[in-house]
Amino acid sequence: MTTPIDKPAKPLPQVGPDMAPFFAAARRHELVVQRCAGCGTLRFPARSICSRCLARDAAWVAVSGRGTVFSFAVMHQANHPGFAAETPYAVVVIELDEGPRVLSNLVDCALADIRIGLPVEVVFDEVAPEVTLPKFRPHV
Amino acid sequence: MPRHALRGATAITGLGLTPQGKVYGQSALGFAVDAVQAALDDARLARTDLDGLLVNPGLTWGDMGMGSFQLQQAMGLRDLRLSATMSLGGATASAMIQHAAQAVAAGLCTTVACVFSDAPLKPPQPKGEKQSTGAAYAFARGWEQAYGYFGVNAMYALVARRHMHLYGTTQAHLGQIAVAQRRWANLNPAAQLHDQTLTLEEYHRSRWIVEPFHLFDCCLVSNGGCAVVITSADRARGAAKPPVWIWGMGQGHLGGDPADTLTSGAVLAKEPAFRMAEVRLADVDVVELYDCYTFTVLVTLEDYGFCRKGEGGPFVAEHVTGPGAKLALNTGGGQLSSFYMWGMTPVSEAVIQLRGEGGARQAPRHDVALVSGNGGVLSTHSTLVLSRFPA
Repeated sequence: MTTPIDKPAKPLPQVGPDMAPFFAAARRHELVVQRCAGCGTLRFPARSICSRCLARDAAWVAVSGRGTVFSFAVMHQANHPGFAAETPYAVVVIELDEGPRVLSNLVDCALADIRIGLPVEVVFDEVAPEVTLPKFRPHV
Repeated sequence: MPRHALRGATAITGLGLTPQGKVYGQSALGFAVDAVQAALDDARLARTDLDGLLVNPGLTWGDMGMGSFQLQQAMGLRDLRLSATMSLGGATASAMIQHAAQAVAAGLCTTVACVFSDAPLKPPQPKGEKQSTGAAYAFARGWEQAYGYFGVNAMYALVARRHMHLYGTTQAHLGQIAVAQRRWANLNPAAQLHDQTLTLEEYHRSRWIVEPFHLFDCCLVSNGGCAVVITSADRARGAAKPPVWIWGMGQGHLGGDPADTLTSGAVLAKEPAFRMAEVRLADVDVVELYDCYTFTVLVTLEDYGFCRKGEGGPFVAEHVTGPGAKLALNTGGGQLSSFYMWGMTPVSEAVIQLRGEGGARQAPRHDVALVSGNGGVLSTHSTLVLSRFPA
């Protein structure tokens, strides 16, 4: 007897109220970051308090989706079974043209081609009916 | 310039180290009890001599509130005049010693135990089930898990990659630190990897954990406990073991993003510590630096001024070669190769070296030691300058 084996799913983001607008925007295929209502500083990920002016209020604003690879780490251990099939895979930090840095993954880019400074642009990966993840691909 | 009131005002008179590594059957609290008792035995003191207790709880203390009170109750300690549970990650151990020294020097208490313990490793499972590893350190973080971003290894790897990119630091530079520390561990019977040699070739062949970190770039995970006893100069003069005198101390917590600075808090902590101790870097005989990763050692060497920022790689290539080198660095094997007691690993080895108890790994010159602690991702930092001389 054989049992059908489903490919284990990757974990979905655990989204609290602070990050919910980011993932809501991603479903609309928009990349957004927080802008402090007090001093206008752009920031990511979400914070409840601006570390510059200590203001509590912030809005989510769309950014260009362009940036460069700031750093990357190649994960060789599948800490979750959902990543086992594609291990090793890279976690990247993208420095957006607007300044903030975003943790993400690259698509359409071999591990060997990842380098710091690589220009990238956002793409939207619809990983589940209700969940879209902003990711990045090399921008020619 | 007048001598700083804290210089030589206190000393470490007891060191307690439980068995380390895959040691089962004890909770973190149990290891803490054993470590404090061992430190008291080492100092030939009784529990009733303690009037201060500082605790750095490891991960498996969990939500245990008021850890120092829990340990006080577990050991039946009475009438403490100093008690705190401290949490600066790997910088805690040296910071606890600083607070203990300050309280003793100020006359608030006389004899303080500072302890770290943890028990993240579980016994092997029967029937070939997956054996426990350091999974407690592979934190999944909220939304970031969707991108496969897990654990402290990855956090440090992102910072290390920046250093390699900006300064040309190489895999071989990192590997040399791992190899040098293993050679020290091969001389340390208490090291978990005492019996396992490591060559640079074997380092390069070892599996990746999170690139650019191989297995041997990452610290061990250990069950166990480690404690020290701090007391006043007057009491230390009559101590059973050669006192290890506290000459200088400092802390540095930079804030911001370590990926920007590629710098530890040593740049802040060192100045007050060395000024208080009235020593220069050239006066240091034994260097025990916090080594959660090989990369941490390289950055910390830069930040104490052994070389300039960005030149850690070439410095390591020339000077970090293990036993016999002019630079006696992480002489017990460190957390990479001996045991992972967070900031207590470098503290304990400094005590052993300054006492002259290092056996086969004893540094020939051991008058002054530099100890660093580092927590988070280069987030917190503490410095101690210790000596075998009171003044």
